[in-house]
Amino acid sequence: MDSVVSDAAASQAFGVTPFVDVETDDNLRSWQTDRTRAPIATKIVVAGGFGVGKTTLVGTVSEIEPLQTEALMTEASEQVDDLTGTPEKVSTTVAMDYGRITLDDDLVLYLFGTPGQERFWFMWDDLVRGAIGAVVLADTRRLKDSFPALDYFESCGLPYIVAVNHFDGSARFEPEDVREALTIPAHIPVMIMDARRKISVIETLLSLVGHALDVTPE
Amino acid sequence: MTNRPGLPVRGGDRKAARVRPYSLTGGRTRFGHVLLVETFVASTAALEASEERRELTNGGLRSVMPELRAIVELCRRMRTVAEIAALLKMPLGVVRVLLSDLADQGKIRVYGTGTGHGTGRPDRALLERVLSGLRRL
Repeated sequence: MDSVVSDAAASQAFGVTPFVDVETDDNLRSWQTDRTRAPIATKIVVAGGFGVGKTTLVGTVSEIEPLQTEALMTEASEQVDDLTGTPEKVSTTVAMDYGRITLDDDLVLYLFGTPGQERFWFMWDDLVRGAIGAVVLADTRRLKDSFPALDYFESCGLPYIVAVNHFDGSARFEPEDVREALTIPAHIPVMIMDARRKISVIETLLSLVGHALDVTPE
Repeated sequence: MTNRPGLPVRGGDRKAARVRPYSLTGGRTRFGHVLLVETFVASTAALEASEERRELTNGGLRSVMPELRAIVELCRRMRTVAEIAALLKMPLGVVRVLLSDLADQGKIRVYGTGTGHGTGRPDRALLERVLSGLRRL
């Protein structure tokens, strides 16, 4: 076996995939190359059912091509960090999208789009830690898909808003109809938006951050 | 106001909400580094190829673990934990363990996040800054 083949085999055995850096040097922000100080990192979680537009929303405002991060999902999730003797994946993976917005020289906002099913809650515990809050994306044709996310954020006390991603051709509902169906308290914003439009996504994020500010003590 | 037909009502047929117990580690490494998905990390020194690789060698037979080398190389630029996982196509949990080892060895530096080294919520000052940053977009 020649060395090229064995190198490739070795690297495959350890699960390292050759990567392509998505950013060329021309697009780099100043904070990325200065290793002496890190910008402030903060994040917003975007949750909702499959196909509700999470990836679209993240991609609409992200300054980078959204990246996919995977987490292992196994029956015994306590053991997922154990690498010893298990070079191959024995469990399924769940992907979440993430995008980035540089808000200032020293302030970077990350958006994490994550599946809203109850069985992915193990990822949310990790995601919501330190988060500004969550946008629960809903589709009125499949409103039930947003129930688990709402239950979860209510339980853990994370500020959230409801954003109905309006799809062309679907029936239009008033925000108050959706609020009533989802039993959302009056002080929590419910809005109709379009995940494909940058201005609409920014308004949604502004609404969430404004709400988070309202519920954060002086 | 009456509910329009076609919208199912949440809470109609559900059990009480339930939250998984918090992970005991709280995202902390052995030496107290907090590795959230958005935590920034960067290598502590320019990578001196041969020397660095020898130091990182895990045992005598194999060369440096390829994933450690890949991480250190990526970290010549400021990176987040999630970014490293995405670029290397490795699960987050695995990347955390490796980053934690590299941090404990002093190969990479772990920076604080918007909530400092704590894991609480962002404070009002930070939220105000995010608001004005978003308004400028």
